[in-house]
Amino acid sequence: MIRGAAAALRALAVIATAVLAGCAAAPSRDDPFEPMNRAMFEVHEVVDKTVMKPLIDVYTAVVPKLVRTGVSNFFNNIDDLFSGVNALLQGKPDKAGNDFGRVMLNTFVMGGIFDLASDIGIERGGEDFGQTFGVWGFPQGPYLFVPVFGPTTIRDGTGVIVRIAVGPVGYIPDVPARNILYGIGAVDIRAQAADAIGIAETAALDKYRFIRNAYLQRRQYLVYDGKPPPDKEEE
Amino acid sequence: MPRLIECLRRGAAVIVAAGLAAVPMAHAQEGPEALVKRVSEDVIVTIKADPQVQAGNQARIREVMETRLAPNFDFVRMTALAMGRNWRAATPEQQQRLTDEFRTLLVRTYSGALTKYRDEVIEYKPLRAAPGDTDVTVRTAVLKPGGAPIQIDYSMGKSAAGWKAYDVIVGGVSLVTNYRDEFNEQIRNGGVDGLIKVLADKNKGATAK
Repeated sequence: MIRGAAAALRALAVIATAVLAGCAAAPSRDDPFEPMNRAMFEVHEVVDKTVMKPLIDVYTAVVPKLVRTGVSNFFNNIDDLFSGVNALLQGKPDKAGNDFGRVMLNTFVMGGIFDLASDIGIERGGEDFGQTFGVWGFPQGPYLFVPVFGPTTIRDGTGVIVRIAVGPVGYIPDVPARNILYGIGAVDIRAQAADAIGIAETAALDKYRFIRNAYLQRRQYLVYDGKPPPDKEEE
Repeated sequence: MPRLIECLRRGAAVIVAAGLAAVPMAHAQEGPEALVKRVSEDVIVTIKADPQVQAGNQARIREVMETRLAPNFDFVRMTALAMGRNWRAATPEQQQRLTDEFRTLLVRTYSGALTKYRDEVIEYKPLRAAPGDTDVTVRTAVLKPGGAPIQIDYSMGKSAAGWKAYDVIVGGVSLVTNYRDEFNEQIRNGGVDGLIKVLADKNKGATAK
């Protein structure tokens, strides 16, 4: 009888440990498609090493820093406009005003190639549709790894699709011009991420997992505007 | 003339570095915010002034890290936090080895990040804490010209040895939380010794490179 109880307790302890470890460890409920995602990640790694990385190296070697910053600023300026829209959708009119002010100033001065607003201390809002859905209470849904695009979730991916659908690049009638803009945008994003990717390379025991956890933590932080609910397990 | 300036610049750097090396002793009881600021500025001044660091000498960068940054981290606590529940299941020897290997990995990662350092400016946010607190978060932001600011927060705990950092949160990503999942997975696959081996292999692979 006592032995039975002890065994039951032990089993309970094992289950409890597993459940708790799961909670603390970005549980696999965040990533139900892990096998598929890992396969996509492998594809991504190959494409990244053979195509994207060499492209970025050429881009950073050939294009002067000033021009690269101008390209970043141009795309950031468009993002800032949508950051303002999303701040409104999240019920943050002050932040929206900030973003729209940035866009007006930067567009007016040099078509968005210089980021004057940052220089005078108006910080970027950084809101997007994925965060808006999060603020509205939509669950993040399964984690997805998309080759070339990178980590996302159902919620964030939907946000990106909405963002592409509303433009403005999609409304450029000239298809080659539009594709070139998409291409430059992708190169710009990858170039900006180069340092972070290098760090993940050194730091990670399992790169796939490291990137997934960092991505999910980061998005949670953004949805809560830097004040996510505590999730810390003390010693 | 440029040579004279260069010579003066180097001389000044040496004097500054020597002065800073003497500083840590005098500040045993300084607040966490002051500590983060002093150490950050110290490291920045050192790497900017050191021609070997500027040339990308990894060994020298690691030396700067070991002498100036690492003493301000509580690596035992970081390892224990990253291990979560598994920490108590580990023997003292395993805990020691884990701490050593994790420390090496963290110092190496941070060194890698430092080589990317160009002309960023660090902004220190006002500390929100009561005077008697023994656990605080020091908030900073790295401002890059032409880039979005990166928030870097340090979780700091006070002990007999003064304030030490036990977690670094970069843009909302806690280092300890990120590693907790990685550690859990390795322990599930190969036990605590399996994790030690993975860490050791990773560190060895890096030095062999």
